[in-house]
This record gives sequence, structure tokens and C-alpha cells, in this order.
Amino acid sequence: MNTRRDTLKQGAAVAALLAAAGYPQYALAFNKNAFEAKSITEAIKAAGGGALVENKDVVLTGPDIAENGAVVPLGVSTNLSGVKDLLILVEKNPNVLVAMFKVNDAVDANFMTRAKMGQSSDVYAVAIMADGRALYSKKEVKVTLGGCGG
Amino acid sequence: MADPMRIRAQASGGKATVRVLMSHEMETGQRRDSAGKLVPAWFIQEVSASHNGKPVLTAEWGPAVAKNPFLQFTIKGAKAGDKVSITWKDNKGDTRTDEATIS
Repeated sequence: MNTRRDTLKQGAAVAALLAAAGYPQYALAFNKNAFEAKSITEAIKAAGGGALVENKDVVLTGPDIAENGAVVPLGVSTNLSGVKDLLILVEKNPNVLVAMFKVNDAVDANFMTRAKMGQSSDVYAVAIMADGRALYSKKEVKVTLGGCGG
Repeated sequence: MADPMRIRAQASGGKATVRVLMSHEMETGQRRDSAGKLVPAWFIQEVSASHNGKPVLTAEWGPAVAKNPFLQFTIKGAKAGDKVSITWKDNKGDTRTDEATIS
């Protein structure tokens, strides 16, 4: 296990290296429109996807019942090829888009994170394909205690 | 400066599963404080990872990701001893990078 000091040093070294290499780490523009969207279709459109088509090869993992809406483990994965982005969306959140993962050859199309949910809602996993198709699967997650102080 | 991330990376069968626990408030901008004023949004917007210096993952997050976010992903072709480094950047421009060795 690294000490904190080592970690800091390594972090600084990595940052310096990246700066020197001109690595465009922050060239990625934050997709504000997609994250401010109030509906699933709006968010998908802002993220560059077309009409939503249900597809069982896009897999959403999540609990049936979340006891605590502040921490809901959600995962998205797929075996399809030609996937550009994988998105997790919660339909009844004030802003529906939770996270967007860029898929490339170096990582498996399988990501997991934890989300906040204000209330019970359908959760969508969406794969935006390189050709613009938006494939999704959804699942209802019941929340017994809201994630927004409710 | 935020606290260090906790990174665990384990290799198995030519792949490495990386689990990251970041330390961040992830304020949504929807919550009100005791005086009834909106607490401004403060959340991680961009997460990126590199494997032996080569970028492997980029993700964008919204405020709906839980406090002290957890992230799990799998790097192909990674083996024990390789370095993984994770960087996040929040909407206030704060950033943090941490590195771990795959075991």
C-alpha cells in the first residue's frame, strides 16, 4: 500500500508527464445539454443518439428495491460491438442523466457506479452506437428512502 | 485538496478490474440549507483513467452520482504490476489524480 505522500508525489509526476505530452485530457467538453435534460429522449438526443430501441443485449444491473436512494448501485454493460457511449439514466430524477461512459477498445463495456435517486423510478441503460442508434433496456427500481433529504 | 481516492486493481485472466472510491461531496444543486437557500451544485464532471500512461477510460458524470462516488471498470490486456491512474475534475475546476499498481 502506498503512503499518502507517495501517492501525492506520483500524482504530481503523472500530471507533469501528461502536461508535457500535451495529452488532451481536459479537451473533452462536458456535455452540459445532456446533463441538464429533463427527459430521457432529450438527454439521448443531446448525447448524439437517435430514437430509442429496446435491446436485450444492453444490460442494466441494479437492485429491485433500494433502501437508500442516496446510494443506488447501478451498472451498465453490453456485448455488442460498435458501441460509442454507455449511459445510465434515472427517469424521475430532476436531471435524468446520471453518467456517460465512453467505450473504447482498451476497456470492457461494463461499468458500475452508484447513483442518487429521488424516488422510485425506471432506470435506463442506453448504448449509443457508432452509427447513432440508441439501444436501451430499463428496470424499475423502488426507493424506500429518497436521496434528496426526503 | 480533496482526500486521496482509494483504488483497488486486480488482474485476472488478461484483464484487470479496477474499483475506485473517490472522496467528493457531489452536491446536486437541488438541496436547500437550513436557511432555505439552495446549496450550489458541486460534483465531479469528468473522470478519466490511464493504464501505463495510455488513456483507457473517459466518463462524464452528472450531479446524480452518489456522494463519495464509486466506479468499477475493466481494463483489457492489463497485468499485475501495471500502473493505473485515475483523474477526476469537478465543476469548480478542482482536480485530483491518484495512481495504483495492479495486483
